Amino acid sequence: MPNDQAVSNSMAASAHAALSTVEPRPGVPKPDPIMVADHVRRSFGGLTAVNVEHVEIQRGAITALIGPNGAGKTTFFNLITGFDDANEGTWTFNGRQVAGTAPYKLARIGMVRTFQLTKALSRMTVIDNMRLGAKHQTGERFFAAILPFLWNSQEKSVGERAMGLLERFNLHEKVEDFAGSLSGGQRKLLEMARALMADPELIMLDEPMAGVNPALKQSLLGHIKTMREEGTTVLFVEHDMDMVHDISDWVIVMAQGEVIAEGPPDTVMKDQAVIDAYLGAHHEAQLTETGESLTESSDGDSA
Amino acid sequence: MDWTFVLTQTLTQAIGIQAIIYCLAAIGLNVQFGYTGLLNFGQVAFVAAGSYAVGVIVLTFDLSLWLAIVVGIVVALVIALILGIPTLRLRADYLAIVTIAFSELVRLTVRSIAFKDVLGGAQGLNGKLGQDFHDTNPLPADFQSLPVLSWTRQDLWVVIVGWIVVALFTLLVWLLVRSPWGRIVRGIREDEAAVVSLGKNVFAYKLQALMLGGVIGAFGGIVWAVAKQSVQPDTFRPEFTFFAYTILLLGGAARVFGPIVGAILFWIILAGTGEFLGQAIQAGWIDFLQPTDVGNIRFVLMGSGLIALMVFRPQGIFGDRRELALDAK
Ligand SMILES: Nc1ncnc2c1ncn2[C@@H]1O[C@H](COP(=O)(O)OP(=O)(O)OP(=O)(O)O)[C@@H](O)[C@H]1O
Ligand SMILES: [Mg+2]
Repeated sequence: MPNDQAVSNSMAASAHAALSTVEPRPGVPKPDPIMVADHVRRSFGGLTAVNVEHVEIQRGAITALIGPNGAGKTTFFNLITGFDDANEGTWTFNGRQVAGTAPYKLARIGMVRTFQLTKALSRMTVIDNMRLGAKHQTGERFFAAILPFLWNSQEKSVGERAMGLLERFNLHEKVEDFAGSLSGGQRKLLEMARALMADPELIMLDEPMAGVNPALKQSLLGHIKTMREEGTTVLFVEHDMDMVHDISDWVIVMAQGEVIAEGPPDTVMKDQAVIDAYLGAHHEAQLTETGESLTESSDGDSA
Repeated sequence: MDWTFVLTQTLTQAIGIQAIIYCLAAIGLNVQFGYTGLLNFGQVAFVAAGSYAVGVIVLTFDLSLWLAIVVGIVVALVIALILGIPTLRLRADYLAIVTIAFSELVRLTVRSIAFKDVLGGAQGLNGKLGQDFHDTNPLPADFQSLPVLSWTRQDLWVVIVGWIVVALFTLLVWLLVRSPWGRIVRGIREDEAAVVSLGKNVFAYKLQALMLGGVIGAFGGIVWAVAKQSVQPDTFRPEFTFFAYTILLLGGAARVFGPIVGAILFWIILAGTGEFLGQAIQAGWIDFLQPTDVGNIRFVLMGSGLIALMVFRPQGIFGDRRELALDAK
């Protein structure tokens, strides 16, 4: 355990260190970006939902993507992961040009996302949901599928890995239940655990905390930090500012399709442009419920 | 009133050749619709492909039935590709529209005068289509009939091999759906985007399911042509597909044995009511119906039965009610 702790601290610390010298301005280059997007634009009729000039995501860090409703965060996720087609723009993943690549291929090379509206596969069991996530399964090929001896042992190891994750996400008592019988928060957990089954290098979570009770939120935060400790880069969309403040190494702010601010959580949340974007100009309110927690500590308990 | 006649006739049809043909079509639909969620409303086109492969290869080109079976499989695969490649990337309803239109297109093409020399036009193809198969009949030449089941020697051989084919495809489906391959197609039925997000090539799996279901359907057509020694274009109407769906829903979609149970039930209902009404009218029990009405009344009863089933047991005979209670998304 002490060893784990040391690793964990070092991962968090190294993410901090890497980003500490980065200037907080929109589109700023990062020392070691896993993803770089340029001129990404998507319009729906007359509405430009996304218009991102340049943005980079630092490898190994937890980056939050925030912005008011309709800012274009989900659309940006959809574009980057190939679920929607950009009108223009290019982006790279691990230095490789991936614009226009099929979404399943992006998932295979390590860019795995979850959905704002949770997509649990309702009429499948929790464990089958999990197993589906594992990569390179022999039994997924048509002709190998009918010869169980070819994939039985792999199936077993996939199942064991799934059980491990389910335990971590506190779903181990639901293993044989249909995913459709889970609560909304449990489905969020399942979706996240399932995404981890696919061994992501970059995991993109769209509002992982939405509809999750405060106690569960704390454990979710723990899970997200664990992902970083295990070397996974995390990009997540979230509206809960205290949570964002608590776990992110870096925050990117979108409004009306554009990146309007970037920086460490403390800096960004004091940024006048950000406060204006969220609350409209000329107001006195704070973004978090306890004003101090923005700048001082990270005990951000909003309950 | 001859109850024995009603019962033996019903039983003979319940596990007879028609039941086998519809059962195979329904097994194909079970792969496509039951497990993968693909709305193929043109299953009859695959059945027609199997029948016409036999008719054309054996009768028009005078080649062997075994070659015809291979051709039937290949044609079914090609049809699945033609239907699937343009539509499977689109929303589910596009496949439904394209397949039903395609199946009518097939029927109208094969019966058209333009291809009469090869496909036989509206008369279809009639002759010794199944001779190669019937030559393999091991039953004694002086075979009369089984005690209760009134099949001829030739039909009994078709029934035996037909149910073996059904059993083999059922086994294949069972092996597939319990494998990781089956997990993916069931995932696709639940939510395509989620499966894509986990790195699976959903399009390829949908195509595979469409192809497999089509080939199984084509075997229905092959059995038909071999048993009846005749291929009739107008038997391949859209209602064939809807009867196959009825069978699938009766037995329970996404259940390995659903199509078998469904096909037997379907023919018990259809044949049983038909024979019963026919006898009842003859015996003077019913005077408001003519013997010629019976054919249609059967389908009215079948429809009512299906509605009742959907209301009281929407999961079919074999289905799991818990599954349906869950919201689909
Ligand atoms: N398929 C679509 N068709 C038309 N307009 C769309 C579509 N998808 C998104 N939009 C529009 O694009 C804009 C950005 O939407 P998006 O879902 O990306 O916002 P968001 O930042 O994720 O918001 P939220 O925080 O509420 O989830 C919105 O104005 C929305 O109405
Ligand atoms: Mg959103």
